[in-house]
Amino acid sequence: MKMEFVHNLPLFCIILTLFSGPCSMILSAKKARILNLFVITAVGVMSLLVLLQVCISGGYYVYMMGHFPAPWGNEIRVGPLEAFMALFFCIVMLLSMVGGAAQRKLKLAESKENLYYVMVNLLLSSLIALIYTNDLFTAYVFVEINTISACGMIMIKQNGHTLEAATRYMIMSLLGSGLLLLGICFLYGLTGHLLMSNIKESVAVMAAAGTYHAPLMVAVGLMCVGLAIKSALFPFHSWLPDAYGYSLVSSAAILSSLVSKGYIFLLIKIFYRVIGFDIICNSKIINIFFVFGIAGMMFGSISAAKELNIRRMIAFSSVAQIGYIYMGFGLGTTLGVLASIYHILSHAATKSLLFVSASGLSESSGRKKELVKLTGAGYRNPLAGIAFTVGALSMIGFPLFSGFISKILFAQAAVNQAEKMLPTLIALALSTILNVIYFMRAVLTIYTPQKGALATDESGYVRIRMGEDPGKSVVLICFMLLNLVLGLMSQPIVELCSRGLGMFS
Amino acid sequence: MSKRVPKERYEKTRSYRFKQWLAGTKDPFLDNVEMKPQKEIHEPEKLVHEHELQHLQIVEKAYDLEHNAQIRLFQKLYNVFSVIFCLSLVFILLVGVSYLPQYGREDNPVNNEVSARYIEQGLQETGAVNIVTGMILDYRAFDTLGESHVLFLATCTVLILLRKDKKKKQETAEYNDRIYEPKNDVILQTVARVLVPFIEIFGIYVILGGHLGPGGGFSGGAICGAGLILYLNAFGFVKTERFFTGKTYKCMCFGALACYSLAKTYSFFTGANHIESVIPLGTPGAILSSGLILILDICVGFVVAGTMYTFYVMFRKGGY
Amino acid sequence: MDFGNLFANYQEAAAMILFALGFSNLLLQKNLIKKIIGFNIMDSSVYLFLALKGYIKGHKAAIVVDGIQSVNAYINPIPSGLVLTGIVVSVSVTALMLSLTIRLYHRYHTLDIDQITLEVKKGGY
Repeated sequence: MKMEFVHNLPLFCIILTLFSGPCSMILSAKKARILNLFVITAVGVMSLLVLLQVCISGGYYVYMMGHFPAPWGNEIRVGPLEAFMALFFCIVMLLSMVGGAAQRKLKLAESKENLYYVMVNLLLSSLIALIYTNDLFTAYVFVEINTISACGMIMIKQNGHTLEAATRYMIMSLLGSGLLLLGICFLYGLTGHLLMSNIKESVAVMAAAGTYHAPLMVAVGLMCVGLAIKSALFPFHSWLPDAYGYSLVSSAAILSSLVSKGYIFLLIKIFYRVIGFDIICNSKIINIFFVFGIAGMMFGSISAAKELNIRRMIAFSSVAQIGYIYMGFGLGTTLGVLASIYHILSHAATKSLLFVSASGLSESSGRKKELVKLTGAGYRNPLAGIAFTVGALSMIGFPLFSGFISKILFAQAAVNQAEKMLPTLIALALSTILNVIYFMRAVLTIYTPQKGALATDESGYVRIRMGEDPGKSVVLICFMLLNLVLGLMSQPIVELCSRGLGMFS
Repeated sequence: MSKRVPKERYEKTRSYRFKQWLAGTKDPFLDNVEMKPQKEIHEPEKLVHEHELQHLQIVEKAYDLEHNAQIRLFQKLYNVFSVIFCLSLVFILLVGVSYLPQYGREDNPVNNEVSARYIEQGLQETGAVNIVTGMILDYRAFDTLGESHVLFLATCTVLILLRKDKKKKQETAEYNDRIYEPKNDVILQTVARVLVPFIEIFGIYVILGGHLGPGGGFSGGAICGAGLILYLNAFGFVKTERFFTGKTYKCMCFGALACYSLAKTYSFFTGANHIESVIPLGTPGAILSSGLILILDICVGFVVAGTMYTFYVMFRKGGY
Repeated sequence: MDFGNLFANYQEAAAMILFALGFSNLLLQKNLIKKIIGFNIMDSSVYLFLALKGYIKGHKAAIVVDGIQSVNAYINPIPSGLVLTGIVVSVSVTALMLSLTIRLYHRYHTLDIDQITLEVKKGGY
């Protein structure tokens, strides 16, 4: 097969991001910042080209990493869904990094700022590699890179909260990666392969012959539970509120919208490309996902409603959204997984918008994060107020915005699934009501006029006009547009995702 | 001929100010640029005392087992639950294992065409006598590329956590650690003087022989790092910093990883595009053989040695 | 449960028991150092498991000797490579965890993670 040059771009994406890590280490903070923005943009452009190429040719291709073909060498696989995910992750990451630039300048020591960019660059590389890779063990290595760099991004702002959160995060992640590694070893012991396509062939043979059923189920269970722990599914979320609530804005936005999504994407790949979706559906594991997903939705929403700190409130809402995604897996249909994928997109776009706009609101209120102190912040910082409202509406599932589409997709998927329809719909309705309660409370608070004098020195209230911080304003507008695009032009995106998902099996 | 500039006007020109700044007599930005003075973190003694009290209170409240029946019960339950959890996990895993193919047999599913090709043609295809080295650095090199970046990343996180800023150093106890060095322990120094060269040479041998026998970048790098640590312990930071500082580590790591990435990009690119690689494999068994593997081993060795040493320095002192 | 096979595979069973012990320690111990020890036990047990996967009775380590290149002479080289990768990852993660522990200990003078959480919640220093 003749290779076109565009086919090489995923390789260049991975190598460029990996290489920019050591580069940022020897550069000064300012140059590292520029390099980081350049790398994210370059990877985004390359992913766009790959996406266009894959869409035009209408298929996928497998790219050999080295001189040796499939069962011997290592390879990456590029299809429309992968390329689209890479592009989307780059956009969200770029916007989050620009949106948090001002705060980073303020909070980070000059000598440690370039290390932050090391973390971000390697995080991006691991995300891209997780998206593209066709090899389970490579996936494990990059999962570890993802974990360590995410931990670095949490703890770079060194106060008690973030250190403790980083420790808890590491403990949970280590549990998860231990299970994942053992699962991969089991699977390797059964099939003798590490490449996803080859494992799938062997597993299909085994399933047909009915041999090794118990170890196979144990392996599947280990890998699924491991990745669920790593992506902070409900009972394993204890690190999440502190980690998102007290770290830097850009870290919180990237962690909530990308890091856990990388693991979830790997899980989807394991479902479709390693084990085969039929075998997964016939096992009990999806019922576990279903139950814990719904429990996570309820628990996350209730905790968010009780929370008084705006950042922690948004963090708890993340727990609920992860619950939605796992509920979609739990439905056990391709429609459900499609809804989950769309929810990954919509949640990534919305949650980072909320984090960035919440930081804008607290900037105008003397850097306070308590909801009470944010009273009237929507008037002091109009753009951030509007952006927060847009994000809140999208989270609730208001028509026009992205959250609406994903909820519709969840409902559609549930309708086709007789025995799980009722609990799904009830959970969706309840969680929507809870979402309305806490997000509307926040929106109403920021639009309640502040009583008394506005700018006393003690309160630290300042008025921030539109365009005072141009980077952040542009970012907020871009995020809102992204949300509107996902909400209004969902049809082609859903089609693209479903086409890509179809090529997975 | 140009006009002579009066002194007052000359003093206002940029070049004059620049000269002054170079000479260090005047800061041109003084009084012009708003500068924030660094806030000193100064905790009054009263506060420190309060914190200690709080700490004690927490300890009392949470760990006063005699007076807190609830916590006592919780802890008992916790222990029981832990044991049950562990046993059930053991049970699940044992069920899985009990149906696995019997270990040590040649017809296990693990021993399929993949490992057969590695063994039968590895020598011809990669040029490495050590099949494992050939596998991790050629057949499955992408994993190893990620792996060396994991090491680098771990160093960065340790640097974030433990590196101390230079200004604070003088007040800390760790600074004393440095003042009193070297400790001039005659036995240690004599032994180190004899051992360190041998350890380093052995480490280099293991790195360079990675494709010929047991060894490779990771193990050899660890040995070199251990030698450096021994030298540091015997002779102190003043001596080691003559040749190994934070900057050395950064440059070494950057160089090695850049070399690694470039080499692998070349090999992935040519492999995927079905271009014949121009790097000769050489005679198997010779020291200069097996193409890129030797270079990659050396790069990995540098990264690992630097990482080991950096870990040690950071844990001990928090800075080079 | 197939007991005959389990006893034949007793090494793998031992690896699994070690894994469960390490996992429970990492999850349930309160002391951070003990957690890290648990993590290392857990990872080592996975490497033991992998090494057993690659072993074939009577075969030698996978280094070509005397030009013999037959499948019947050497063990499976793949698990050895995977163990190598895994060890490097666990070294890095252990270093990171230990340095986190050092920082937390300097700040809170305790290794008990629950106590640290209590102090953090109290708005500690």
